[in-house]
Amino acid sequence: MNRFEFLRPTTIAEAVAAGARPGAAYHAAGTNLLDLMKGGVMRPGTLVDVGRLPGLDRIEHAADGGVRIGALVRNADLAHDPGFAARFPAVAEALLSGASAQLRNAATVGGNLLQRTRCGYFYDLASACNKRTPGAGCDARGGENRLHAVLGWSEACIATHPSDFCVPLAALDAVVEIIGRDGAREVPLADFHRLPGEAPERETVLAPGDLVVAVRLPAEAAGFAAHARYLKVRERTSYAFAVVSAAAALRLEDGRIAAARIALGGVALKPWRARAAEAALVGRAPAEAACREAAALALADAAPSGDNAFKIELARRIVARALLLAAAGTPGRLPALPASPFAALPGAQAHV
Amino acid sequence: MTLSISLTVNGTVQAVALEDPRVTLLDLLRERLHLTGTKKGCDRGQCGACTVLLDGRRTNACLVLAAAQDGASVTTIEGLAEGGQLHPVQQAFIDHDALQCGFCTPGQIMSAIGLLAEGQAGDDPERVREGMSGNLCRCGAYAGITEAVLDAQARLAAREDAA
Amino acid sequence: MSDPIPGIAAPAHLRQGSSIGQPLTRRDGPLKVTGQARYAADNHPPGMLFAVLATSGIARGRVLGLDVAAAKAHPGVVEVMTPANRPPLAGDPDAKDSPFMFRLDALQNDAVRYPQQPIAVVIAETLEAATEGAALLAPRYAAEPPRVGLDGAAAFVPAAVGVGSPASFAQGEVEAGLAAAPRRMEAVYETPAQYHNAMEPHAIVAAWDGERLTLDTPSQGMAMAQARFAALFGIRPEDIHIRSPFLGGGFGSKGLANGPQVLGILAARLVGRPVKLVLRREQMYGPVGHRAPTRQTIRMGADAAGGFTAIASHTLTATSSFDDFIEAAADVAHTLYATPALHTSHEAVRLDTGTPMFMRAPGEAPGSIALESAVDEMAFACGMDPLAFRLRNYAEVEPASGKPFSSKALRECYAEGAARFGWAGRPLQPRQMRDEAGLLVGWGMGTATFPAMMMAGHARATLRADGSGLVETGAHDMGQGAWTALAQVAADGMGLPLDRLEFRSGTSDLPDAGIAGGSAHMATVSSAIHGAGGAVIDRLAALATGDERSPLFGAGNAGVVAREGRLHRRDDEARSESYAAILSRAGLAGLEAMGQGAADPAAQKAFAMHAHGAVFVEVKVDPDFGQIRATRVVGAFAAGRVINPRMVRSQYYGGMTWGVSFALHEHAVTDRRSGRIMNADLAEYHLPVNADVPSLEAILVAEQDPHVNPLGIKGVGEIAITGTAGAVANAVWHATGVRVRRFPIGLEALIGA
Repeated sequence: MNRFEFLRPTTIAEAVAAGARPGAAYHAAGTNLLDLMKGGVMRPGTLVDVGRLPGLDRIEHAADGGVRIGALVRNADLAHDPGFAARFPAVAEALLSGASAQLRNAATVGGNLLQRTRCGYFYDLASACNKRTPGAGCDARGGENRLHAVLGWSEACIATHPSDFCVPLAALDAVVEIIGRDGAREVPLADFHRLPGEAPERETVLAPGDLVVAVRLPAEAAGFAAHARYLKVRERTSYAFAVVSAAAALRLEDGRIAAARIALGGVALKPWRARAAEAALVGRAPAEAACREAAALALADAAPSGDNAFKIELARRIVARALLLAAAGTPGRLPALPASPFAALPGAQAHV
Repeated sequence: MTLSISLTVNGTVQAVALEDPRVTLLDLLRERLHLTGTKKGCDRGQCGACTVLLDGRRTNACLVLAAAQDGASVTTIEGLAEGGQLHPVQQAFIDHDALQCGFCTPGQIMSAIGLLAEGQAGDDPERVREGMSGNLCRCGAYAGITEAVLDAQARLAAREDAA
Repeated sequence: MSDPIPGIAAPAHLRQGSSIGQPLTRRDGPLKVTGQARYAADNHPPGMLFAVLATSGIARGRVLGLDVAAAKAHPGVVEVMTPANRPPLAGDPDAKDSPFMFRLDALQNDAVRYPQQPIAVVIAETLEAATEGAALLAPRYAAEPPRVGLDGAAAFVPAAVGVGSPASFAQGEVEAGLAAAPRRMEAVYETPAQYHNAMEPHAIVAAWDGERLTLDTPSQGMAMAQARFAALFGIRPEDIHIRSPFLGGGFGSKGLANGPQVLGILAARLVGRPVKLVLRREQMYGPVGHRAPTRQTIRMGADAAGGFTAIASHTLTATSSFDDFIEAAADVAHTLYATPALHTSHEAVRLDTGTPMFMRAPGEAPGSIALESAVDEMAFACGMDPLAFRLRNYAEVEPASGKPFSSKALRECYAEGAARFGWAGRPLQPRQMRDEAGLLVGWGMGTATFPAMMMAGHARATLRADGSGLVETGAHDMGQGAWTALAQVAADGMGLPLDRLEFRSGTSDLPDAGIAGGSAHMATVSSAIHGAGGAVIDRLAALATGDERSPLFGAGNAGVVAREGRLHRRDDEARSESYAAILSRAGLAGLEAMGQGAADPAAQKAFAMHAHGAVFVEVKVDPDFGQIRATRVVGAFAAGRVINPRMVRSQYYGGMTWGVSFALHEHAVTDRRSGRIMNADLAEYHLPVNADVPSLEAILVAEQDPHVNPLGIKGVGEIAITGTAGAVANAVWHATGVRVRRFPIGLEALIGA
């Protein structure tokens, strides 16, 4: 890890001024940043510790059913907040399916949004990576890429975004609150992360100094609470990143789908919202055929970026299952193995 | 530039001078405070061997900057036994042979104590297994670990009932 | 407290004691659960500096330059060790004079022969400075194209496989047997490169005092390490003091002296201060061994009744470009199933990797998953239940040697394991079972086997004037329970209660206990310990029975038994005398004797010696996603005398967990262009987590073996990975109807199943 200056600003304004300096990086819990610094992937000259900025660690439930989550709220605290889990169960399930209890106790909401890809070539300094060194090339292309992107990738970068949390956030129209040098602004989470295109080093819409201060879920998002799930296929039962995951949320009226929300994880460099699939579901009964058709739509633009064609079919199946699980109803308590196929008992757990 | 922080380690307040802001909580404990019970298995948050209680919550000490922890309270494996009496989780690990080489054990035990404090798992073995999945054990002592956590929980509950 | 472990017959008492067979809790448990057990990297002698390796970013070529100035300019960096300034060695790290000697990388030149090879060492006042110093070296290379994968180089027939075994074996008419068989199978199975990944990274704290050297370093073989270091540094072995009281796992990767240890010692010599060098996790994917990949082609023929007519097994595996360790995967067929014709053979390729090494059940583990899969395929081709098929082909004598087994309770393992698992009623056809949630359910089985070996080891027993005992041996506890079980044997050997016995182990100044490997440590060292204790008791008995003042006078040496610190007459237990009284009357301050454990050549010539087991596995598979979970694993094992059933059960659990991992989880992912391992960590190199093994059960099947060694002990450390891995694979087939022959079984193979 390189030497750095460690700053502890006491106000957001101070933090933003410091964070705008060249070579500065914000530090909250450090669960991703320190990992990247230990690997030499990031070498910031200044760490601006925002972990103790006042007022950013609150979960504020609005009277209308929406919620505002401070950027410093810990993943575990959010998932276990009873009011939050009741209104946004798919988000809680996604949070609890991520990483380990230790990491969830430390990792923050803001940091989760900003975590960087797990692509092995990004981490391996001896390999070429456009994200790490713009213009260097992408060794993942043509390399060991069975877990890489099938949507939204470019020749410059085929990495995926690793977050679980962001997937239901994207589905549920979350909004990111940002304070920068020019003041405060808001960006829909679905637009917060950038696809790689020709500039995979630019991962989000944030400008230098921009600080994520909160994430908001609108009141409408709570309207899906009765039918919302997150489903995550992994290569071991726990403590693993998604091969593919999906969040599905339905609002049912008279046995038909009045509104649907779908997003995928592990398929692209951002959480992938599937709006066409959502639209196709409206007005239909939440049965297998409709779910499968929606899943096919969600993956309509998918293409393998390497040895990963299987992820496309896998993603279709996960979307379909997630929709069926959502239709069956949110369980009264999150399963023992959150988001796992071994917990989300199709059929058996309907209407728990 | 030397940073000064105050840290409560196993109940004792310590003034810690950090000549280098890079020092992680794990390396502070092991190499400067000589509390070597907390282990380094991967140094990247991928194994759980370095689990401590940070302000009462189980945390990977390898991914915590010490400089950011001014005023925090840390409990390590060395801080559990009271008056020579093992903590019920420690005793349960022995009774259920929940360890072999012992290297992951301090992290497992701190994680188990954190798990019990979180109160999410109850007496459901599946929830215990999930809750302990952030602690790798290459020797494969998981069955004993799950038994030990469930047993310790029962012992602690009995103790609370008696109190 | 756990219940007493069922299935263990009370130990047949020899002349002494009763500790053997007791399920004592781990004697080192209190140290380990309080953080007081001191592992190598926990040491911090005064004046110590931190050393960190810089390792290569290429797989093959040369280092052209390092930015030593940048590293040295970093505050806190004291020295940078490169081939240019590395202190001289008296011995050649590339020398090799036995299969137990591996060529080391100790900065002898600028060559790079695998990724993560050490190319420099940075020594600093702090760990942070040393780590960053290593990063600042920014090496420049002349790279050559690496040889990657089993198709990446020309195959050759190695001179030997494993530790000195012939590369091929043939008996009977294999081709004729196959040609005549009404039922035949042929399939190719692939196993990946795997890395030991003990939780404790390799570490050394080295301190020189003139020409004397003190080392804290985890070692599965201290005496061999002492000898290797002595030769490399030109000093006497007895001037090297190694402390290795606890290993944080070894699994073979800490068996022999390794390059990073040598570099730690060199660094200490260079700076004239104690040095601690600990590998970073990614650095454990190169210089400290791994299990090589295999591609196994198995052909089998069977007659109409399901009896084998021929088995042929060919293994293609890999070794490094500069040294030989050949995974003897095909040889597992030598011991398991009766067949009139058997052919095994090996080839290898040379790749730009670190040298492969013994890794828990070397040869047997990859060989077993392929052979047990093939047996399952053959059983199905014959329309037979897999257990019935295995019983039909039960080997009454060792197939390859024709020797009788010294003992073999495999039938009992099959029976007890199957009963406990509930194997009866398993549908023959695959994809017949679902659980209440709709998940596919499958049941599979495998036979476990591992040779019962003996190494050479020594121990010293001392009876003190107060009647207490001291037993000393330089044994190694990497988690198998040596501190506990060997102490039990020691107490038994001296006829003392455990609390009257002091047991010293884990340092190199004690009698050479050999190597903790080959599942032979318990058998070897127990023999030495028991022998030493017995020799002391012999002398004590001679003193007593020859002294007319003793109540034991005239009983004859064989006429007394030792128990609880007293000698008793066999024919009249009431007549006894304490050890202390016998010594006191003889005016002796104590008695001391040595004991030795070693193979008995006559017994080895006469008998085939193996432990056996049967493993039954249930898996559940998501029908759409192919995600797999091994929901139930039941193993029944017969491994001779059990010293401590609690420790043994844990060893079986560990092996079974490795078997699950072999079938479903772990593998190194290598970039075929760069030769670099792309998952050299613990996030993407998947070891099973707690939730991956929800139900394990180990049955300890009683077995008495009068031939393997005086105590009848067979090893238990490695056997349980065998059998289990294949059983998981077979269960996945039974659940899905898809036979996956490339391990670990990936979900993409099952999607669309």
